[in-house]
Amino acid sequence: MNQVIAALRKELLLGWRGRAQAMAVIVFGSTLLLLLSFAVGPNATALRQLSGGFLWVSLLFASTLSLAESFRQEREQRALEGLLLLGAHPAALFYGKALANWLQLFVVGAALVPVMIVLYDPGLSGIGRLLGVLALGTAALSAPGTLHAGLAAQVRAQQVLLPLLLFPLMVPVLIASVRASSLLLLGDPMGQAASWALLLVACNGIFWPLCGLLFGYVIEE
Amino acid sequence: MDTHLPAYSPKAVKRAWLALAGALGLLAIGTTNGLFVAPPEHYMGDVYRILYIHVPTAWNAMLALTFAFFSALAFLWKNDWAWDARLEAFVETGVLLSLLLCVQGSIWAKPTWGVWWDWDPRLTTTAVMLVAFVGILALRHFVDDPRRRAVWSAVATIVAYASVPIVYFSVQWWNSLHQLQSSPKTVDAVMVTPLRINAFGMLLLLLAFSSLRSQLARRRLARELAPPPAAASLALGGEG
Repeated sequence: MNQVIAALRKELLLGWRGRAQAMAVIVFGSTLLLLLSFAVGPNATALRQLSGGFLWVSLLFASTLSLAESFRQEREQRALEGLLLLGAHPAALFYGKALANWLQLFVVGAALVPVMIVLYDPGLSGIGRLLGVLALGTAALSAPGTLHAGLAAQVRAQQVLLPLLLFPLMVPVLIASVRASSLLLLGDPMGQAASWALLLVACNGIFWPLCGLLFGYVIEE
Repeated sequence: MDTHLPAYSPKAVKRAWLALAGALGLLAIGTTNGLFVAPPEHYMGDVYRILYIHVPTAWNAMLALTFAFFSALAFLWKNDWAWDARLEAFVETGVLLSLLLCVQGSIWAKPTWGVWWDWDPRLTTTAVMLVAFVGILALRHFVDDPRRRAVWSAVATIVAYASVPIVYFSVQWWNSLHQLQSSPKTVDAVMVTPLRINAFGMLLLLLAFSSLRSQLARRRLARELAPPPAAASLALGGEG
């Protein structure tokens, strides 16, 4: 547990020092939000209906940048190897990194919400609960994201491979997050958002232990 | 980590060719039966006959990826290269069958549902499975070191396979149109027999192709791992 906290502290410190990178990811996500509207045309009703989906697709695309970045320095400095030689537990390194990635993705997502509201004008009533969905969705994104980023970082075609491996896994997370967000933004007369949030909890319950278990194999080579 | 060196087995190749011949025989009998003996279906007419190949493909695609999952587990557990060769074979055959499944489904869906594609749980899950495992084939292609390739693709296979039920469940919630599974009780024996024959035919085909493919993978592994032990451990030390 101490190792997890130490690893998390290290990641957060590095993340804070490299905050320009997080800023760039947010700008990239905002650009995506803007671009997606051109795929639909200037139909305000349709755009409002799709705003939740746009938010999550932008966040998903932007996440590959920040996930890949989280392993760039490790690879360049061979830092993970050093930590493993010091006797750090791979699972502790994983959970430290995944928690830091979760926080970073949540910040990126939270920063994209106002941009989405300005551009697409959905209702403001469910914003508090939307942040809850954002927390659950980014958690379900960061655990497998961290595992596959760690894997892709050591491969030649890193930029292609991370989305190729990660995006198919993210289908249930994307569906549940988009459904829950849309319901919260556009009104939820049947109270269905909670069951989609439950699905996100289930995804987290599967991905976090499984990826933590497998991460050792990815970096111990 | 010490691992067994894979050996190419001419016996297994011979068995695979026998299985292939058996598969073609069974598929010929089953398909002839399905096309000419079984009666047309009440609502769909002759269009339904694609199910004699579609349903066996679906079963065996699932089976191939399940085998791939267990090969991945077995590789991480046992550290035996033979499981890596099997993993490669089953992922490839599974991807091929999933692709065929999507194509056959589209051919059937156009005259029946009026569309090539629908966002139904089974279709969507198959498509997601297909892209997920194509990603794993890409991963294997991009990693040159056999040890890393084996471990990483095993890890990716386990995560991908574990997500299949969640994908299915989430898409089911999201939308549904595909008909429910029929059971032998709801289908007449004349229709069930060719289906069963073809299912076993496809199974033999899957096993024959996978076996041939895994022998091919073993040959490549044997070549890649060929340098004498001293040089190999040096190379590993330099990279790891």
